[in-house]
Amino acid sequence: MSTFFALLFWFALAVIILGLAFKIRQYWITPAPLKIPTTPAPTTQTGVVLRMAREVVIFESLFKSNKWIWIFGWIFHMSLFLVLARHLRYFQEQPWFLVNIIQPFGKYAAFGMVIGLAGLLLRRIVVDRVRYISAPSDYLMLIMLMFIGISGLVMQFVVHPDIIAIKEFFLAWMGLSIAELPISTPLVIHLSFVALLMIVFPFSKLLHAPGVFFSPTRNQVDNPREKRHISKWAAELETQNKG
Amino acid sequence: MADFDTPELLKNIHVPKIQPGAMQSDGPFVAKPDHQKALGFPEELVDNWEQKAVEAMGETLKKYRGLRVFMDSCVKCGACTDKCHYYLGTSDPKNMPVGRQDLFRAVYRKYYTPAGKLLSKVGLEGLIGAKSMTKEVLDDWYNYYHQCSECRRCSVYCPYGIDTAEITMAARDIMAQVGKGQKYNNEIIGKVFSVGNNLGLPGPALADTLEGLEEDIEDETGVKVELPLDRKGCDILLVTPSADFFAEPHVDGLMGYAKVFHEAGVSWTISSKASEAANFGLFIGSYENMRKISLRIREAALELGVKRIIFGECGHAWRVAYSFLNTLAGPFDFLDQNYPIPQHICEFTHDLIQKDKLKFDPSENDWMTVTFHDSCNVARGSRMGDKPGGQLTIPREIIKTVCNNYVDMAPETIGEGTYCCGGGGGLLTDDLMPVRVKGAMPRMTALNNVIEEEGVTHLAAICAICKTQFSKVLPYYNMGMDMVVCVHQLVSNAIILTGQNDDEDEDDESEATAESAEAANE
Repeated sequence: MSTFFALLFWFALAVIILGLAFKIRQYWITPAPLKIPTTPAPTTQTGVVLRMAREVVIFESLFKSNKWIWIFGWIFHMSLFLVLARHLRYFQEQPWFLVNIIQPFGKYAAFGMVIGLAGLLLRRIVVDRVRYISAPSDYLMLIMLMFIGISGLVMQFVVHPDIIAIKEFFLAWMGLSIAELPISTPLVIHLSFVALLMIVFPFSKLLHAPGVFFSPTRNQVDNPREKRHISKWAAELETQNKG
Repeated sequence: MADFDTPELLKNIHVPKIQPGAMQSDGPFVAKPDHQKALGFPEELVDNWEQKAVEAMGETLKKYRGLRVFMDSCVKCGACTDKCHYYLGTSDPKNMPVGRQDLFRAVYRKYYTPAGKLLSKVGLEGLIGAKSMTKEVLDDWYNYYHQCSECRRCSVYCPYGIDTAEITMAARDIMAQVGKGQKYNNEIIGKVFSVGNNLGLPGPALADTLEGLEEDIEDETGVKVELPLDRKGCDILLVTPSADFFAEPHVDGLMGYAKVFHEAGVSWTISSKASEAANFGLFIGSYENMRKISLRIREAALELGVKRIIFGECGHAWRVAYSFLNTLAGPFDFLDQNYPIPQHICEFTHDLIQKDKLKFDPSENDWMTVTFHDSCNVARGSRMGDKPGGQLTIPREIIKTVCNNYVDMAPETIGEGTYCCGGGGGLLTDDLMPVRVKGAMPRMTALNNVIEEEGVTHLAAICAICKTQFSKVLPYYNMGMDMVVCVHQLVSNAIILTGQNDDEDEDDESEATAESAEAANE
């Protein structure tokens, strides 16, 4: 079992890194031939960085859009962020100062994760418009994340696993060796779904994470009159037509 | 055209329960072989169109980062589902932005994602909502991608900025490439190439019209204000939608521009070659056609030897001009770099107002109480002035200068959240009347409220499509079609021309005469 998980995580890590690298490269090299920021838009690069920061940190557009989705979505994402940061301690011999500081917050953030997910799932089922646009994968994604959150909570508050041993397993794993994992049902569920999440990440709607940074309606500077914007294929089209 | 019900106007814009298939139809008239040919598209649906459409999708994905990112990023959160005026007016879930996008996304997932390819092999593509390109899908595309006005309201509210307009454009382009274009758009683009404008007005007719307008202004004011055509060596080339040349209320706006130019003392001309600001190449998502249409303007500017280009009141035309003209037909290094290239007529007028160069009698508009409709493409796809949001403030400042009674509609229905008129994006055709009337419901609701509560009598706009659409749709909602006015029509009513025979106010006249003498000395 320990060997299985060690290999599984090596595989999952390779998939998420290579998959995301491929997608990010694809977004990067695909040209945006026209200036299409949703206006009013910032007229400077600094302004764009701030717009993007507001989008990523406080979900500005979603806030304008729908307060229920915003509150559930924001609670989920911020909680997930804290929980992930908290988990760094499993990968560091001496956790960073910040990682230590957030431990108590991260501990309860898991509730936020599950509450946010439950709210989003409820909306998906109850609101007829959202139910209409939901594919099975949309429900499965939420359920998968809930399994991760709930199994984590169970280990935190109900059946405590030997976290020292888990830490030793992951430290060894990072050094390409296999230590004994203290197997228990919640831990198996937790780790299996985390690995699955990593594997489906680059092939699913979870691509919204890198995607938002490449969204031309949000990341373009509104300066088309001041600076000529021309993509490579459009420039080639010009040369062909002239020749 | 089938009979249809006009939505009832309620106090608030109500989000309806979904009614799948409510707007199922064959869609608008399909382009005839001649219309297709003129634009370089196949004359009719090609034999292996399924394969060709999928290939064209692949090519488009390689050319447009936005499309690629939008396809992958949607998490189906539902934030956009109540944001489209066509959904609000029709209840058809395929008119929800995400519903519309998913018609495209289903095919994308099947052919262009590893998950889709893999799951299709084991018959599980339904798990992720992937679909093959079939006749049924094509019919849905044709119908529902012609129930989108490309207004970008959804893109404001999407947490990833997904712009359904980009997807509509891509889908229309792919359909045209396999031989199923839309008649209205493609026929009009053909006219632009063969005659020079959307309405097919030839040069001599245009000259006649402009002469008539000069006479009208002289009769009304006693001042000879010129509307020159193809005059070489002028400072300014005016590019305006061809509706301005003959239809009410558009033509009153054109007279307004002429009066402002006259008072500014600048020389200007209209070009018969580029006698059209509209660029329907945008609507059909064809970069090549959009570029070809834009190049007419560059050529006209070069031939006439102008120093500046100014656009008249037209929504999508201003988006193409402001956001794309420099890309499509630039660089404009032969124009005067001291002015924005291109400039909007509202920027021009606003600038003169700021410098106190124009005289107005706003009481001329006292019989009206005006509200302003932000045109979608101007509000969300362009800018005026040098600050973000100038496209929202500048037209309002002009109206408030020339008009004493001004009221805004509800804040969530204007500005960046403005509801489209319902007729934009290539839908301004009689064969789409049910879509146009139903899609106008949110705007009509907001308008009806300010009519009842604030006594609004007129609706001002800066877009030829908005003006035409409103004139046609208002009667369905029991409002008068003549309540639509151009912003520059209000300017035209209030502006005091130098030397004007104003029998009501002698003081103004002498003042104006003194100024004209001054101007002549300069």
